[in-house]
Amino acid sequence: MIVTVIIRKNTYRDSVILMRLSNKVAELDGVLQAGVVMGTPTNKEFLKALNLLTEDARQASPNDLVIALDTQDEKSMDHALSEVDRLLTTRVSKDESKIVPKTLDSALRVMPDANLVIISVPGIFAKREALKGLRKGLNVFIFSSNVSIEDELELKQLALEKGLLVMGPDCGTAIINNIVLGFGNVVNQGNIGIVAAAGTGLQQVSTLIHNEGFGISQAIGTGGNDLSKTVGGIMMIEGIKRLEQDDETKVIVLISKPPNQEISERVLKIAHQSSKPVVVNFLGGNIENIESQGYTAAKTLEDAATTACALVQGKQAIKNIFTASNEEILSIAQSEWDRLAANQNFVRGLYTGGTLSYEALILITPLLGEIFSNSPLKPHLKLDDSTLSKNHTCVDMGAEEFVIGRPHPMIDYTLRNQRIIKEGNDPETAVILLDVVLGYGSHDNPATELISPIQEVKANAERNGRYLSVVASIVGTSLDHQDFHKQYKLLEDVGVIIMPSNAQAARLAALIATRGAIQDKLFEEALK
Amino acid sequence: MTEKEKLFNKELKVINIGIEMFADDLEKQNVDVIHVNWRPPAGGDLDILKLLEKLEGS
Repeated sequence: MIVTVIIRKNTYRDSVILMRLSNKVAELDGVLQAGVVMGTPTNKEFLKALNLLTEDARQASPNDLVIALDTQDEKSMDHALSEVDRLLTTRVSKDESKIVPKTLDSALRVMPDANLVIISVPGIFAKREALKGLRKGLNVFIFSSNVSIEDELELKQLALEKGLLVMGPDCGTAIINNIVLGFGNVVNQGNIGIVAAAGTGLQQVSTLIHNEGFGISQAIGTGGNDLSKTVGGIMMIEGIKRLEQDDETKVIVLISKPPNQEISERVLKIAHQSSKPVVVNFLGGNIENIESQGYTAAKTLEDAATTACALVQGKQAIKNIFTASNEEILSIAQSEWDRLAANQNFVRGLYTGGTLSYEALILITPLLGEIFSNSPLKPHLKLDDSTLSKNHTCVDMGAEEFVIGRPHPMIDYTLRNQRIIKEGNDPETAVILLDVVLGYGSHDNPATELISPIQEVKANAERNGRYLSVVASIVGTSLDHQDFHKQYKLLEDVGVIIMPSNAQAARLAALIATRGAIQDKLFEEALK
Repeated sequence: MTEKEKLFNKELKVINIGIEMFADDLEKQNVDVIHVNWRPPAGGDLDILKLLEKLEGS
């Protein structure tokens, strides 16, 4: 084993470029570990975990590029280093082909009528850039995470004073004027406006609305902390007001994990003043409580989408547990559970979308009982080690412990594929439950990544006298560059059962793993 | 609300600071976007940056 750490002073590259580069280098023959990162505090933690945080690396600044490699021998090291150089130069030559300003001020000289700034610099620098943007009268979209809640409050208060929007920090997606910002899906333009404090929640609702033949007027992301007690729902309230004034918007959908009680009441009070129907989807929130206050509450992201589509047409919403009939669902499920071996009893959910993982927990905990997770519903159900499942488990693989120094699992399928193989080879796993998220920012062809590990675990189960069921939902549309139908076909061909929504996929997984024992409880839900 | 503040139902004009992929994705959507060749301020020295921010009053 040979460890080499090289510091390139004052050489900056963005995180996506470096993560892709690190991945390519890590795949080279003879390379054991590779970390090519900027010297930020978070990245140093990542290098520490790889045992590559040398004293030089510890001293590096966020403006210094750290190339840290662990290889089998000298020859592999030389090859890896030359590959790092080649990949770094490739990007630079692309940069040099365009004239690019170096600051927000100089960019504004080139584009004086700019109306939005997107910020995705390391969190420690994000507030500074956002403040500059607001002072110049720009609306702000902050993708960066690791911005303190106090800084978030300060930015949002300033935005309110100036009549501007601050989407984020930690805002994954928004759709403004039919343009996708950050990670998001291409959807039809239409009459449903969304304000969401949950990124993949926004993606699931907007794609389901599109797939029902309707469209989105505006979808405003607020960042997950907007409805905290400190921030007070400033941007969700502002978003509701903007959508109220927007002529294109006929129905408003609010999406969040359960907000702070006081803030929830504040937000709902503003929603109550709206002249437009408002659908409230506070995942895991008290539906009766919301409905008793006169709002249309949706239990799932899918219910939020279908309810909004019904309201746009002036109709009452029909809440379906499944799109297909109960008989069809039972027939599909039984053909799966009939092939399970006696000790295959557990659902293993492997998610790339945090909100989708949370939604699955909310929906199937009443059906299956306790479900372990790295982001559980109750503290005692937290996995000791996120990489080791226990009984029924649902893992959010986009959580911090999986993404420090690595690309998000929506972009890079390596970690999730390894986990599919691990769970699939566990003789107690009955069903693997997956989300496949399409759209800007996501992998260009996710199904091709998933095919091989799924085929491998299915074949291995068969060799060992078992059957492995794989259930998934695809968050996407036929307008996404990955093409929903193409992805669907590729996965269907390797025996994956694809459901129309995450909610339906999670319910079907529970039905299969329990061999239909929960069917009465499940189908009764439809009557509620 | 001024024209700049409105944002809805008018042409987006975007300045992108950070991940270049976001600018590329906006270009694919035919959005007018300028990517900033951002570098950490104060040469990435966080102590100097704090002083700088105090001076700037942020």
